[in-house]
Amino acid sequence: MTDTLAGNKTTAVGPTDGLAVLEQTRSAAETYGIPLAVLLEVTHRCPLQCPYCSNPVELDRGSTELTTEEWKKVLSELAELGVLQVHFSGGEPTARKDIVELVQHATDVGLYSNLITSAVLLTRDRLSALADAGLSHVQISFQGNEPNVADRVAGLKDAHRKKLEVAKWTRELDMPLTVNAVMHRQNLHQLPDIIQMAVDLDADRLEVANVQYYGWALKNRAALMPTVAQIEETSRIVEEAQARLKGTLAIDYVVPDYYALRPKKCMGGWGRQFFNISPAGKVLPCHAAESITGLEFESVRSNHSIAWIWQNSEAFNRYRGTGWMPEPCKSCEFREVDYGGCRCQAFALTGDAGNTDPACALSPRHEEIFKQAEQESAGTQNRFLYRNFAGGTLETDQLQEEPQDKSHGA
Amino acid sequence: MASRNISVSETSRPKLPRHTRLKFDETRQVWVILAPERVLAPDEIAVEVLHLCDGVRSVGQMVDQLAEKYAAPREAIATDVIAMLQDLADKGFLTEARESTA
Repeated sequence: MTDTLAGNKTTAVGPTDGLAVLEQTRSAAETYGIPLAVLLEVTHRCPLQCPYCSNPVELDRGSTELTTEEWKKVLSELAELGVLQVHFSGGEPTARKDIVELVQHATDVGLYSNLITSAVLLTRDRLSALADAGLSHVQISFQGNEPNVADRVAGLKDAHRKKLEVAKWTRELDMPLTVNAVMHRQNLHQLPDIIQMAVDLDADRLEVANVQYYGWALKNRAALMPTVAQIEETSRIVEEAQARLKGTLAIDYVVPDYYALRPKKCMGGWGRQFFNISPAGKVLPCHAAESITGLEFESVRSNHSIAWIWQNSEAFNRYRGTGWMPEPCKSCEFREVDYGGCRCQAFALTGDAGNTDPACALSPRHEEIFKQAEQESAGTQNRFLYRNFAGGTLETDQLQEEPQDKSHGA
Repeated sequence: MASRNISVSETSRPKLPRHTRLKFDETRQVWVILAPERVLAPDEIAVEVLHLCDGVRSVGQMVDQLAEKYAAPREAIATDVIAMLQDLADKGFLTEARESTA
């Protein structure tokens, strides 16, 4: 924060880098100041069955979810701690009957609220009630730019049409809109049309997010992994659109780390700048953290405050900073640039969350995993394993002996 | 579809768009602009200018006000203020008052 008017006097940052700006007077690595934004996964219930869902494979049942009063207490506590934004996410957050009440409470305690939704459960009246409750922003996921691809990926008929309708209502109610498009091999060809769709919907922002391969997405990797050529084309399309639509549509681009040489600074570093709260109230360093077996995560239902859990719990301190690192991270000059990449990915791909993320070219496993992904991307296995509470259901187009559809509700 | 692509001049009447919120962060004792997935930390002068951005005042009027307050050359203030506001607009943190709800 400089004192001059000229030049670059403001710094826009993502929530994961926010502390670097706001707490530059102190060492964030020493203080672990409270995050600026917190992700609230208020339920795992969802009418969609996307094969890349970021929820854990072991979903929290509806009966284990925090109650309305418990969520309200969480919101009040977060605001007191200095959290500025909350993202109501899921699952599908509007699957909760009390979502309007929760948004209202967030507003009452001074939090900026964002609804991350699939939109398919929303009526115009309910959306209007959310706007009246002070909802600051709506983010709607899209699975493609037309129903054939989009409804198949979502595993829900008529989903795409419904999403378009809700997006339109969002703008009619004068709420800002982000279109979130999760990209993979089977929909990347639609990217130019998705960008145009976002413009036509009068969205403020578009997130072009390549699938990150944990949990459900890892199970579906062979059906989702893009080819190197697709990724190169994607980067070109995004860069062109960013320049062309500057000031009209902001485009954020999440690259797929499998084809990178350096791992992503996942969550801004474990326990450094981010936490989320699961439907059952677990305070987690990332939404996939429960996939790492052997770590105990504290709950907001425990006797501990959220601040205590953030600062003192074993799970948050386990991979904090750089002290836990093995080689090649330990002596790497980039260790405080990427913090060794993603712990969940290291666990999923190597069996040990304490290993270097194989997305890093310096990982001894990088070559082997990259080759495997590249082979999968060139393959013809396009069938999805849909996400549900039954542990997944294989798409049934081609083969009939696979497990038939089971209830995906809680 | 309304373009949010604004070009800041002395006649612009800028304001913060609906999805942003200028707020004093009590915990960190700094002003912040909240927006989806972003937090902006404007410096003191930027905050002062942003408080003037009410969608009614023109940039020219803001510059007059600041030039008087700081007894500084109007031209230099105008250049700096316009550059700063344009930067914010390009990042999507500033819009222009519309005639009516389009």
